[in-house]
Amino acid sequence: MKKQILLLPILTLLFMFTNCTDDSDSVNEEEVITTMTVTLTPVTGGTNVVLQTRDLDGEGGEDSVVTVSGPLTSGESYSGSIVLLNETEDPAENITEEIQGEKEEHQFFFVAGGNLDITTSYDDEDMNGNPVGLSFTLTAGSASDGNFTVILKHEPTKPNTGINDAGGITDIEETFVITVQ
Amino acid sequence: MRILIRVAMLFISFVSSSQNCNNYVSGKVTDLHDGSLLSGATLVFNEINKTVQTDIEGYYIIPDLCKDEVYSIKIFHPACETMRFRLKVSGNMTRDFKLEHHIETLNEIIVNGKAYEENSSSVFENEVTTQTLEQFSTASLGDAIKSLSGVSSINKGNGIVKPIINGLHSSRIIMINNGVRMQDQEWGKEHAPNIDVNAVGRLTVVKSASALQYGGDAMGGIVIAEGLKVPVKDTIYGKTILSGALNGRGGVLTSQLTKSHKNGWYGTAQGTLKRFGDVEAADYVMSNTGLIEKDLSLKLGLNRFNHGLEAYYAYYNTEIGILRSSHVGSVSDQIRAINSNIPLVVSDFTYDIDYPSQDVKHHLARIKAFKKFNGFGKLSFQYDYQNNRRLEFDIRRGDDRNTPALDLRLDTHTVLMDYKIDYEDFDFKAGIMGRFQNNFANPYTGVRRLIPDYDKYDFGVYSIGVYKINDKWQLDAGVRFDYVYMNVFKFYRNSFWEERGYGAIFPEIVVEQTVSQVLTNPKLDFNNFSGTLGFKYKINKNSTLFFNHAMASRAPNPSELFSEGLHHAIARIELGDLSFKSEVGHKTSFTYELSNKNFNLTVNPFINNIQDFILMEPTRISQTLRGNFQVWEYRQSNAQLMGVDVDAAYKVCNNFNITHQLSIVKGYDRTRDLPLINMPPVSTKNEISYKNEGFKNLKISLQSEYVFAQNEFPNNNFEVYLPVSETTEELDLSTPPPAYHLLNLNMSMDFKTSKKSTLILGLGIANLLNTSYRNYLNLLRFYSDDLGRNFLLNLKFNY
Repeated sequence: MKKQILLLPILTLLFMFTNCTDDSDSVNEEEVITTMTVTLTPVTGGTNVVLQTRDLDGEGGEDSVVTVSGPLTSGESYSGSIVLLNETEDPAENITEEIQGEKEEHQFFFVAGGNLDITTSYDDEDMNGNPVGLSFTLTAGSASDGNFTVILKHEPTKPNTGINDAGGITDIEETFVITVQ
Repeated sequence: MRILIRVAMLFISFVSSSQNCNNYVSGKVTDLHDGSLLSGATLVFNEINKTVQTDIEGYYIIPDLCKDEVYSIKIFHPACETMRFRLKVSGNMTRDFKLEHHIETLNEIIVNGKAYEENSSSVFENEVTTQTLEQFSTASLGDAIKSLSGVSSINKGNGIVKPIINGLHSSRIIMINNGVRMQDQEWGKEHAPNIDVNAVGRLTVVKSASALQYGGDAMGGIVIAEGLKVPVKDTIYGKTILSGALNGRGGVLTSQLTKSHKNGWYGTAQGTLKRFGDVEAADYVMSNTGLIEKDLSLKLGLNRFNHGLEAYYAYYNTEIGILRSSHVGSVSDQIRAINSNIPLVVSDFTYDIDYPSQDVKHHLARIKAFKKFNGFGKLSFQYDYQNNRRLEFDIRRGDDRNTPALDLRLDTHTVLMDYKIDYEDFDFKAGIMGRFQNNFANPYTGVRRLIPDYDKYDFGVYSIGVYKINDKWQLDAGVRFDYVYMNVFKFYRNSFWEERGYGAIFPEIVVEQTVSQVLTNPKLDFNNFSGTLGFKYKINKNSTLFFNHAMASRAPNPSELFSEGLHHAIARIELGDLSFKSEVGHKTSFTYELSNKNFNLTVNPFINNIQDFILMEPTRISQTLRGNFQVWEYRQSNAQLMGVDVDAAYKVCNNFNITHQLSIVKGYDRTRDLPLINMPPVSTKNEISYKNEGFKNLKISLQSEYVFAQNEFPNNNFEVYLPVSETTEELDLSTPPPAYHLLNLNMSMDFKTSKKSTLILGLGIANLLNTSYRNYLNLLRFYSDDLGRNFLLNLKFNY
């Protein structure tokens, strides 16, 4: 009896210690937005102004890299469009399509700070007639400079009067330093 | 007294040694389970028709026995099975008898002495009674433990309640469920213990690492949950509790039935159903705080005098909604949420559980067996298997909407073998433990995994001795060694890998490197020593002094080692460290216990010094597409915790009782000379209760709970630039909420419904004055008040 009692745990231990795994699958990060590109096309023709923020390793790790291709021209109207990418995947996943599929649950907000003299208006709307902001118009006023912030909200209150009563969860909040000349 | 009798007997035997029938037999009668002395046991010597009784210390003596004669002896004791022995007299001799001590009254836990084994003899053990546990039927295990002094909780809302013992929680506490160490991702502050409070019959807290048989890493202490002992007799009994709560508009139905037979076989079946909708603070609905819980436990066993076996199975399943407004995407969201006096999302009451939420299933299966060998001691063997599946849902986009953001599966196998022998004044215990654990973090979530896949092996050996020097002094000492080996597969981001310089420190662990990440195979091992030394000194009949020093060693948990990413729930980036070593703690505790007829007092000061204590602190700001986040990094430091727990009970007269409880703990990071974060503030509970056994056993109690504001905390606030308002604001995550005072009223009455069954009707009002308050240790305190007034109706049927 004594020997049997001892045998049982030893056998169990042997069984346990031979049970090994040696593989691990990589995660495809499906939801991360690594890159936002805002392309401003002058209505009267000319060079596009491209605002981009890119954080290839997602949140944490390295900081995002923010670039602005050039100044805006005073008095010009720009037709704006936004492309969102997840570049942790190869090929990169286009998140813009996901937003397009869920327009009712998303909205971009554009905030001009400092003395920056620009105005924005929405060019698109969701099924309920509320703005989304994947395409918009930006009008540059007098020569000035300041912060231009692009915010994407998930599940905001719609309709709203602007960012302050939109609520929701922030998916993107990026500030670009812009000059109008 | 005992010596006097012996001297007297010796004298008698000298005088009459020439005769044949002048021998005496003396000895003691003890409880087989814990060696406690049984007074009032009756020994009947059939042949000579003589009867003696054991004295108050369990001793008996019977004179005038004939040499070389065989006597048959029958021993009766009111709380034990009657036993028969045969005894051959070979002169004056001592002979000790052990009886199987069983529980008589089902509602009482202990009858005449100790039915349960002590977990640690030099540490005063605090216990939650079945009656108190039943009051927490609608709440959780964490809430029930919190009723003890020195124990508080870290909460995420009202559904996730984790115990804190003397300031420490999570990986620093061991939870034992029916002899099985819970393996339920307990490292997480947001992971509640997977034990149904309604399945627990007895709950003990050892505020020290001294109960080494369970493990050597309990820096804070050990919580032991077990079922009530089943008597060895023919009986069937059970209870059903139906509780309803107005706040949350839900309730609990729990039932258990036990059948036992005097041949030793017994079985218990128990189940619980719990359902709540959104709970309410004093002024608003806390949206998405509903809860569903389904639990089941089964026990089947055989309990004989010298052998026994038991199979136990427990299933725990809970789905908990997490306050909707606590999910923030960025620091701007968090500031907005904190600055708002009420949660940003307040919807109408609903039973539906939306995202964010947790869905956890825990299976526990255990078999154990013991055998007692004459003169050799008791050998027991246990094997248990646990399967824990944890799904955490977040608010997600697109196709991932219904995919959990975290999916962990943890399988654990453990074998234990223990050996125990009791001598008259020396008890010895030793054992070995082997454990294999596999953690699988499912990659289909599409979210960077918080903790990686790993295999973990534990091997432990311990031995504990308790030496009773005399009636006043008792010493105990124990040592334990644990070896922990982890074989891990972890993906690191290249950026983090390089920033930490891991490439140079750990080049051998790289399996493969891609453009963005590196797959590594860290193999970590830890050698942990732990030990305990203590004494118990009986100052006089009414007072006892306990002293214990326990050394605990804890290997870092997976989150401390491997965290690397954004923690959505609290909007911060958390980074672990692969090079951490084990924490080593030294806790010294005293307890003075005074127990009089009308006055009971325990005072328990302690000091706990922990080397290489793992803590987290903010180190910098990280810029992301969602704005700036604070980066919190784990760090090892030297910590010191000290405090005192006081319990007092005063019987004013036969009907009135006053109880008082005070818990103080202070914690410091001695390396940086800073207070530790999340230390429970000083709190005191005072209760006045009235009891009238003559009138339907009426009980009324009014409890006051006062929680002071925590005045010592590290300042982790930081300045955040808000692009929308173009202002810079301070994000205040440090300042604790103000003090608060709650009143709770409870009453109950018993109604005899038949000869064998009783109905107990209970009514309770928690937070009687509907006070709005926030608790420093509730992770949701930034977003919402705590629970408002709650009416509870409790129907308990004993049969």
